[in-house]
Amino acid sequence: MQQEYQRYYVPAQSPWPIVGAVALFLIAVGAANTVIENSNNESGYGVHILALGLLTLLVMLVGWFKNQIDESMGGLYSDQLGRSYRQGMSWFIFSEVMFFAAFFGALFYARMISVPWLGGASNNAMTNEVLWPGFQAMWPLVTTPGGTTTQEMSPAGLPTINTIILLISSVTLHFAHVGLEQGKRRQLTTMLGVTILLGIGFLFLQVEEYIHAYQELGLTLQSGVYGNTFFMLTGFHGMHVTLGTLILIVLFFRVLKGHFTPDNHFAFQAGSWYWHFVDVVWVMLYMFVYVL
Amino acid sequence: MSKATDTLVADSDAVHDDHHHGAPKGLMRWVLTTNHKDIGTLYLWFAFIMFLVGGAMAMVIRAELFQPGLQIVDPNFFNQMTTVHGLIMVFGAVMPAFTGLANWLIPMMIGAPDMALPRMNNWSFWILPFAFAILLGSLFVEGGGPAFGWTFYAPLSTTYSSDSTGLFVFSVHIMGISSIMGAINVIVTIFNMRAPGMTWMKMPLFVWTWLITAFLLIAVMPVLAGAVTMVLTDKFFGTSFFDAAGGGDPVMFQHIFWFFGHPEVYIMILPAFGIISQIVPTFARKRLFGYASMVYATASIALLSFIVWAHHMFTTGMPVFAEMFFMFATMLISVPTGVKVFNWVATMWRGSMTFEIPMMFALAFIVLFTIGGLSGLMLAITPVDFQYHDTYFVVAHFHYVLVTGAIFSIMAAVYYWLPKWTGKMFDITLAKWHFWCSLVSVNVLFFPMHFVGLAGMPRRIPDYSLQFADYNQWISIGGFAFGLSQLIFLALVIKACKKVGEPVSDRVWEGAEGLEWEIPSPAPYHTFETPPVVK
Repeated sequence: MQQEYQRYYVPAQSPWPIVGAVALFLIAVGAANTVIENSNNESGYGVHILALGLLTLLVMLVGWFKNQIDESMGGLYSDQLGRSYRQGMSWFIFSEVMFFAAFFGALFYARMISVPWLGGASNNAMTNEVLWPGFQAMWPLVTTPGGTTTQEMSPAGLPTINTIILLISSVTLHFAHVGLEQGKRRQLTTMLGVTILLGIGFLFLQVEEYIHAYQELGLTLQSGVYGNTFFMLTGFHGMHVTLGTLILIVLFFRVLKGHFTPDNHFAFQAGSWYWHFVDVVWVMLYMFVYVL
Repeated sequence: MSKATDTLVADSDAVHDDHHHGAPKGLMRWVLTTNHKDIGTLYLWFAFIMFLVGGAMAMVIRAELFQPGLQIVDPNFFNQMTTVHGLIMVFGAVMPAFTGLANWLIPMMIGAPDMALPRMNNWSFWILPFAFAILLGSLFVEGGGPAFGWTFYAPLSTTYSSDSTGLFVFSVHIMGISSIMGAINVIVTIFNMRAPGMTWMKMPLFVWTWLITAFLLIAVMPVLAGAVTMVLTDKFFGTSFFDAAGGGDPVMFQHIFWFFGHPEVYIMILPAFGIISQIVPTFARKRLFGYASMVYATASIALLSFIVWAHHMFTTGMPVFAEMFFMFATMLISVPTGVKVFNWVATMWRGSMTFEIPMMFALAFIVLFTIGGLSGLMLAITPVDFQYHDTYFVVAHFHYVLVTGAIFSIMAAVYYWLPKWTGKMFDITLAKWHFWCSLVSVNVLFFPMHFVGLAGMPRRIPDYSLQFADYNQWISIGGFAFGLSQLIFLALVIKACKKVGEPVSDRVWEGAEGLEWEIPSPAPYHTFETPPVVK
């Protein structure tokens, strides 16, 4: 029965993981020092170390992916390896779901427990009366117990437009994928290109929204737990859209080079899963941060 | 399973084909490796070194607590020692040691050529030393290292912490990335790389427990990343997640942290259950009693671990309904855990038992882990916990489950599989010294902590009132003795790595069952390049 077995490709030694480890080390040290220096209003090497780390990471990514692409194009990969990659990507996305869950958890806790309790709900009447007299529970929390005030970000306008943009982008990406599977190259490139443009459009409007929040609404990262959850959730989501867009751009160029075939396109599938995931996160965000 | 032998011999003969590569030489072998056995070795050595570093910190703690009053270190440094001791032992010793065992054993146990994603495997390991370099380096920055306990409760880690918190946060991020990548690799390997015939319910229990552990890791390490990120922004960017003045709540930190933290403690014990379930049948010369119930019990423990986190927080003033819920949910865990203990005992019942070193550690595990489990049951009772909370009773509890539980199981595993790894029997005399010295000293170390804890001695305080002095001296003496005993283990492992000793057979232990015992000792650099068929 062994004649059927396609050898599972186990790569020989690779320099890229250790380069990546050094990169993460530099990023961590650089980011930590940047943060510490900023909070003490000092100048230091933090930013430079961080930049060096990011550059190293970029070199690692390019080198590692180049290896992978060469191996894949060289026919070293088996179906079993393809399943490993797909399963690995799925579990990675699950880990991302749990990362967002931590921040959604903070949002729900603030909305359902900490803010009402500070306002005297449950058995906390004395907490309200003695510690935070005059504080009234509300959501969005536009006046914090400490007295910071801000204004609510309305879901109408930019957030709704952005929701529509992302939903359409998921559809266009799906059609790009269908185009790839059916060998319709024109549909593939057009739809993928449109998806990338929609992603960039989303990011552009998100920046507009932040400017609006900071300059007109006085809604900032420091505006109490409403501003905290708003900016952390939308901010991390925005970082994911940025990464997703970069992935799609790389995929676009790989499509142009003819790297993918209807039955061998793990990278495309992974990038597409990632994009759909980011989309679902946005829908949750739109519901719980903006609308409800 | 013995029918697989023919294939295996054929496999080891066929290793000289074209693109095959043996073990390279020199330092770069270890830096660039993609081999699961090399990476397993790296993890295990790293864990051992961290175990000794974290142990040295425990020695500082015990030296300070040898007598009442402040004598050796200042309180801020004492706090850094308790904090970094905990972080190192959890993230630097126990978890990497289990990951090392997973790397070495899972491919051999399921008949896979390597881990599913070998390059990522290397990356998961090599970012760890850097993470701990950052954490240890933070001890030397101005204002000192993290001093808020390994649980880094806000506001200790936000309002009242030193600048080094920034380094702490990013080093924890790297540890988390390492664990997540390692766990993805384990899950994918088990799902996708099993040899033909290795069905789910034929998998060795070590593989099962690691599969479930890996799921827990992927589910909760990102939550820890979220928690440290919120600490970072609260401290450095003016957010108020954990500050009531901004509408947040310091207790929210505890909810998020323990949503990670409770599954985390099972991450540190489930692979131990797997190891004991491998060792006990070998030396009782019987099949494991209740294999299927072991699998279901492991899964139940993992699922329950998500709904018990607030038993760490009974004294925070939660509503009574929540306290009741978390109390009963916690007590429920003793059912599947009890299933496991009874199954091990039933496996030994009327077995033809022998008492080689791995079995000695396994037996010590069963007895002493059960003590830790029972004190955990006491802590689960809400009104009683009001008395025990944050006392040395808690310290006694989690050291019984983590030292005589997790660490003893790791040592049992090392003794059990070391001959397979090196091809030589380890020094049995040294091993006996190591076992008996560890067993006696660990109980002198941790058992009296129950008494001082019940009497009200608080944890994480460098000084104590006079009536605790006698017991604390005993505890410290036990501590130093346990620390020194581990140097015997170090000597033994170094000797084993130099391959000194009697050659062993492929099966090594008379009653050992499983694919890893069918291949030659020492295990060849590459095994199962074509999968064996499991009957």
